[in-house]
Amino acid sequence: MLDRNRVKAHLEKYIVTYLFIALSVLFIVVSGLDINYVASQLLLRLNRNAFIVLALIIPIVAGMGINFAITIGAMAAQIGLLLTINWGVTGVPGILLAAAITLPLAAFFGFLIGKLLNKMKGQETIGSLILGYFANGAYQLLFLFIFGSIIPLNSNVTIVGASGVQNTLNLTGSVGLYTAIDGIAHIPFQLALYLFCAVLALAAVIQFVRKKITRGRLIAALAVAAVIALVFCIPAVANVVNGNHGRELKLPLVTWLLILGLCLFNSTIMKTRLGQKFRAVGQNQTVANASGINVDRTRVIAIMISTVLAGWGQIVFMQSEGIGTFQTYAAHEQVGLYAGAAILVGGASIDRATNLQALVGTFLFHSLFITAQSAASALFGNSAVGEYFRAFLSYGVIAVALIMYAWHNAKQKKAGQLNLAEQRAAKN
Amino acid sequence: MANDYILEMNHITKMYGSNAVLRDVSLKIRPGEIHALLGENGAGKSTLMNILFGMPVIHSTGGFEGEVLLDGQKVHIASPMDAMAKGIGMVHQEFMLIPGFSVTDNIKLNREISKPWPLSRLLGKDLEFLDTEAMARDARKALDDVGMSIEEYTLVSGLPIGHMQFIEIAREIDKTGMKLLVFDEPTAVLTESEAQQLLDVMKSIAARGISIIFITHRLDEVMNAADSVTILRDGQLVSSFSKADTTPEKLAALMIGRGSESVIQVEKRTRELSGNTAMTIRDLWVNMPGEVDKGINLDVREGEILGIGGLAGQGKIGIPNGVMGLYEAVGDVELFGQKLQLQNTDAALKAGLAMVSENRRGVGLLLDQSIENNIAFTAMQVKGDFMKGFLHQKDTAAIRRFAEQMISELDIRCTSPAQPVGTLSGGNQQKVCVARALALKPRFLFVSEPTRGIDIGAKQLVLETLVRLNREQGMTIVMVSSELQELRSICDRIAIVAEGKIVDILTADAVPGSSPSRCSSWQGC
Repeated sequence: MLDRNRVKAHLEKYIVTYLFIALSVLFIVVSGLDINYVASQLLLRLNRNAFIVLALIIPIVAGMGINFAITIGAMAAQIGLLLTINWGVTGVPGILLAAAITLPLAAFFGFLIGKLLNKMKGQETIGSLILGYFANGAYQLLFLFIFGSIIPLNSNVTIVGASGVQNTLNLTGSVGLYTAIDGIAHIPFQLALYLFCAVLALAAVIQFVRKKITRGRLIAALAVAAVIALVFCIPAVANVVNGNHGRELKLPLVTWLLILGLCLFNSTIMKTRLGQKFRAVGQNQTVANASGINVDRTRVIAIMISTVLAGWGQIVFMQSEGIGTFQTYAAHEQVGLYAGAAILVGGASIDRATNLQALVGTFLFHSLFITAQSAASALFGNSAVGEYFRAFLSYGVIAVALIMYAWHNAKQKKAGQLNLAEQRAAKN
Repeated sequence: MANDYILEMNHITKMYGSNAVLRDVSLKIRPGEIHALLGENGAGKSTLMNILFGMPVIHSTGGFEGEVLLDGQKVHIASPMDAMAKGIGMVHQEFMLIPGFSVTDNIKLNREISKPWPLSRLLGKDLEFLDTEAMARDARKALDDVGMSIEEYTLVSGLPIGHMQFIEIAREIDKTGMKLLVFDEPTAVLTESEAQQLLDVMKSIAARGISIIFITHRLDEVMNAADSVTILRDGQLVSSFSKADTTPEKLAALMIGRGSESVIQVEKRTRELSGNTAMTIRDLWVNMPGEVDKGINLDVREGEILGIGGLAGQGKIGIPNGVMGLYEAVGDVELFGQKLQLQNTDAALKAGLAMVSENRRGVGLLLDQSIENNIAFTAMQVKGDFMKGFLHQKDTAAIRRFAEQMISELDIRCTSPAQPVGTLSGGNQQKVCVARALALKPRFLFVSEPTRGIDIGAKQLVLETLVRLNREQGMTIVMVSSELQELRSICDRIAIVAEGKIVDILTADAVPGSSPSRCSSWQGC
């Protein structure tokens, strides 16, 4: 039943993912960190980052690679947040206002990015990366010079005695944006997990009854749900999350509803005409064009959606627990890099990505991120190595993914050649 | 008022620059007939079809003269989309299918059936959900119509090539309002039984009132399926008649034309050939898309000019490309007794081989570079010629001298050796390609389609140059050409390639020209 070729193909496809699983386990052991602490940090980072990583999926499906220009979406969100702080709108209304400002800005930027990427087909990944760097300059001009002098701001956000926005803006206290989404409601992690398993099982049964899925998939889904639920009934595992020893993990309910909502959006849009266009354009632009699909327009739409979602993702990030301050000139810098690395770790490639890969990738990438520093000081007696390791990790993952992609394509070409030799041998 | 013709293209003339590729051509198609469009490569078939489909390449090069009537109404076809909307469909030669999509998704691509919901009413049709069941039903029906039993939800990537052709057809007939379908060499990649099935499908489509333009090189298929025939040659209408009035021999003669006169007059060889073998090719397989070879065996004698002829897509162009290492190839090739490493162009060049590629704008030339750099480039890279000094700098003076010598010998029309080759005409570009091959001082020269797309004067000059190189320097030359007359004019022997194999080797005198009896073997059918 286990086909060796299929296992091999699977291993090849997910080699980066398995490498990261192994490294994560190793690092957690070596670092000597409390597992409860690691779990709580990990949950925190998933809350913050999952939304942005999920924003990368549509451009990948549309064949545009990793959209590193989501950095620009983050900048749009930061403009929205700045204005919200400036006008003193707090809490949920503040978040909604920032999101509302982000929407047209990010959509407009996404339109321009899409137009530009259409001029450099085949180099979108690198193009969007460079575009992010370029936009950083424009962003600084805007925040250092235009805000405060041309666009008037309140004195509490500008640099004292000069124009331009302060280096750090506080989100806590009277500004009232800290944990504005996260803080609405919490449920215990363990309960959330059981609820998730129940919903998964129920959904599988409903789908099976409506004859949308096969018996095999039903059994698989039920088994996954049962295993997860049972594993967390084991006291040793449950103690990691339930607070009997250490902190209890709590899930910010609304944030996760947003994340799951985005997952649903990503999979739903693929069932529409537009989604079919994304997939067609992603697989073969020539064929898509010949059947009358406006390839360039479809690609622009994909980037626009991605940029807006990334902007909203940045708002989710900024308000989340443990952040509290808005680093005006740095908050957006690593957004594209970390999100891109995370989705690649999850097993996505330049031309293929799913919700699950995005979530798994975020989980694995950040588990290394959390433990790298402690593991480095345990191994080398120097915590600075861990800092270097983080940077090395994110760029390394992206480089490996690009190499794997090229290697895979070259191998496919070679497979055609083997075929030729076989054909010849067969004939003789 | 009922019209006799569903499509009339009247007095079409199309110029590319000063070069007329179509001159006063007319094509008339009756409703529900299968109309074969015949002609050799470069006869103007594709240009005529490009005009019918309103391809951008036509509009961007100044449009065309003449008129197109659909159902008796004069129409302007602005784009391929426009043609589709007017009920003209195309079954492509290279498959316009998405491998990662199911058969259904491919058949309904961009014509998906979808259901509206509140948000889509607000934001437009793009957000409507696909009605996968209705799409599958339509696809099933279309597949049944073309006699395919494959499941509609299988992925196209796993299907055999023959099936893909039928999926293309299923997609076209699934479109509503289809009046006219163009089949561009649909049987080129099919097995014999699949080809027969395809002809049957074409007949049943025609029986439902959809007219078909059938482009093919296989004359037996024309005799089998077509109702009427139009023949083009060198951009001109040769003849248009009903099939009942003709025979395959007549068709072949009309397609090739030109009687038996030579393109150039060549003096007889004064010395006998040495009788040594320059190159032996044993069981060569080449995977060049569209020109696949499946076991070529060929001996080339030292000092001869060997022609390789045959129809497009049969594999004649694959031979030089495979030996030179430009495409994947396996087999045994020996050059002057030395084993030649395949898939290694550098080794092939160093061994004394050179090639003038049929793809001169793609493989042959660096279009932005000057004539002299193009001529010298390969020799500099491969053999280290045109270098001087101890740091191996480029010897610009030597390059200039050689370029000027070539310009005068080959009569390259240019303002100076520094002119970029991209600005030269096709014939002069071809001469630069020849000059570049000569800069390598090869002992063995491959020339692939040297006269494609260049005018008659330039053709003669290129052919004369080849003969002179052969006679004066004793260079062994293998020339691949679709033009039989050219091969007859200069070659000692001509090898005919069909279906990836050498089927016949003829001496130049014995090659059929206008003599109809041998034409069918020339056609490879």
